[in-house]
Amino acid sequence: MNSTDRFAVHARILHWVMAIMILAMLFIGAGMVSTASRAYPDLLAWHRPIGIAVLALALVRLGVRMTHRPPSLPADLPVLQRAMASAMHLALYTLMLAMPLIGWAMLSAAGTPVVLWPGTVLPPILAHDVRMFGWLRRLHRLAGYAFFLLILGHLGAALVHALIRRDSVFQSMARFGNRSMRG
Amino acid sequence: MPPDPVAHPLPRLALIAAIVGTIALLFAWVAGWLSPARVSGASIADALQANTGKIFPGIRRAHAKGLCIAGEFASNGAGTALSRATLFAPNARTPVSGRFSLAGGNPGAPDGRTVFHAMALRFVLPGVEEWRMALDHTPIFVVSTPADFQAFLIAGTPDPVTKKPDPARMAAFLASHPEARRFIAYMKSAPLPSSFANGTYHSINAFRFTNAAGETRAVRWQFEPEDRFAALDKTTLDRLPHDALFDEYLARAKQGPVRWHLVVVLANPGDATDNATVEWGAGHRRIDVGTLTLTAAMPEQEGHCRDFVFDPLILPRGVTASDDPLLAGRSAAYAASFRRRAREAPHADPVSTHQGAAK
Repeated sequence: MNSTDRFAVHARILHWVMAIMILAMLFIGAGMVSTASRAYPDLLAWHRPIGIAVLALALVRLGVRMTHRPPSLPADLPVLQRAMASAMHLALYTLMLAMPLIGWAMLSAAGTPVVLWPGTVLPPILAHDVRMFGWLRRLHRLAGYAFFLLILGHLGAALVHALIRRDSVFQSMARFGNRSMRG
Repeated sequence: MPPDPVAHPLPRLALIAAIVGTIALLFAWVAGWLSPARVSGASIADALQANTGKIFPGIRRAHAKGLCIAGEFASNGAGTALSRATLFAPNARTPVSGRFSLAGGNPGAPDGRTVFHAMALRFVLPGVEEWRMALDHTPIFVVSTPADFQAFLIAGTPDPVTKKPDPARMAAFLASHPEARRFIAYMKSAPLPSSFANGTYHSINAFRFTNAAGETRAVRWQFEPEDRFAALDKTTLDRLPHDALFDEYLARAKQGPVRWHLVVVLANPGDATDNATVEWGAGHRRIDVGTLTLTAAMPEQEGHCRDFVFDPLILPRGVTASDDPLLAGRSAAYAASFRRRAREAPHADPVSTHQGAAK
C-alpha cells in the first residue's frame, strides 16, 4: 500500500478524533433531554464546549479535505455505491458544520447565553426571536437523528469494506503505521 | 491491496448488523426510549399540562399569569467577599428585567388563590454573561425531588369525567410525603403578601458562591422589600377582584420605584443544601449585598420578559448549583415548557388583553 492509497495522516487523525466527539455529542444530546436528574445540567455543560470544538475541527477538516485529494475508491465499485458514498460524505460534512451552528443560533434566538464554561460566553449569532428558536430547536433535533443514522450507515458501509469486500477503503482511513494489518 | 471478497458473507454481515444494532440500541436506551417512566423536562411539562387540565398555547406551563418588570441592581460591594460574580462588584449597577407571576398553568386564573407569588429576574452582566433567578414568596418548596414533584402534580390532576382531582390519590401521595404535608400546612398558615411589591422572594434552592480567593460557601438568598408587608385577608380571597394583584402592581409601579434588599444567607454546618423542603431556621449569618430597584412594569405583551426562560441554572462565574436535585428538575422542566411555547408561538395573555395591551 503506498501513501496515495491512504488519507493524509492529519485527515486520519481528524477523522477518528471527530468520530469520537460527534458520537459522544449525539449521545449527550439525546441523553440530556431524556432526564431531569443532575445529569441534565452536567451533560448540558459538556454539550456546548464539545459542540464548538467540533465546529472548529470541522472547519480545519474542510480545509484539509480541499487541499488533500482523498484516495480514490476501488475501480470495481459499482456506480450506485460510489454515488451513495459521495452523497453520504457530503451529508456528513454538512451536518458536522451545521449542527453546532444550529445549536449556537438556536440558543441565540432563545436569548439564552451560550456558556462554554463559567465566565466564558459566546456572543449571539442571531437576534432574539422565540419563534425562530422554536424552528431551530426542531431542526437541531431532526438533524441530530439524521446525523446518527448517517453515522450508522457510514460505519456499516466501512465494515462491509473491511470484512466482506476486503478492499482498500477501510484501511485507507483506519491503518496507521507501515505494516499491513492483514500480514 | 487487491480486493479479496469473502466467499460466504452472511456470518460477517450478521456481525456488522450486530455492531450497528448494538450502537443503535445503546442510543435508544440513552435517549430514554426504552424507559418510558424516566422523569424528564418533557414528562414534568406533561404533568403540568395535565394538572392544569388543558394546554394554553404559547403560554408558560407553570406560572402562566405574569407581568414584566425592569430596573437595576446596585451592589454595595459586600457580596465580593462571598462571590466573584460581577453583580457584586463594588458600586456595580446591573440592568435587570424580569417577571412577577402567580403559580398555576392557567393564565386566566383569579389572583385570590393560596399559591406561590413569584419574582423572576434576569441580570445582564458585562461580557454577555447573565444570571437568572426564579424566586418564590415561600422559603421552602413542596417536595424535594423532580420525581416527587411530577408525582405530586399527577396526584392533583383533575379526573377527565368529574373535572376534580381524586382526593384518594392526593391522600395517598401525602401519606408517604411528610414534607409535602408540612408545606401544605405552611401555606395554610403563612400570610399571603397583599402586593407583589411587599413580598419577600426566596431562592428556594441552595447554591454555591465562590469568591476571588477560591473559597466556596453554600448559600440561599432572598429579596426583602422596603415596602411594608401587609397580608391579604385569606377569608375573603374568593371575593378579591380577578386581577387584583396585577392591577395593583401596575398602579404601584407608576407611583415610584419599588425596592428590595438582596440578602445572602450563609449555610451553617449541618444545613441541608440538597433539600428545598427544609428551612434553614434562625441563627444564620445574613449579608445585605445590594438593592434591587424596579422602575418599570408592563403587561407581558409590551414587556421583555415573555420570550425568556427564567432558568435558575443560568449562572455567572462565581455562582454554581448546589447538590439540590430540584435545580436540575426546574431547569429541565422550564426548558421543555419554553420549547413547547416557542413552537406554538406567543399567544395573547389575559392580563395584557385586560390592560388593553393587545391593541
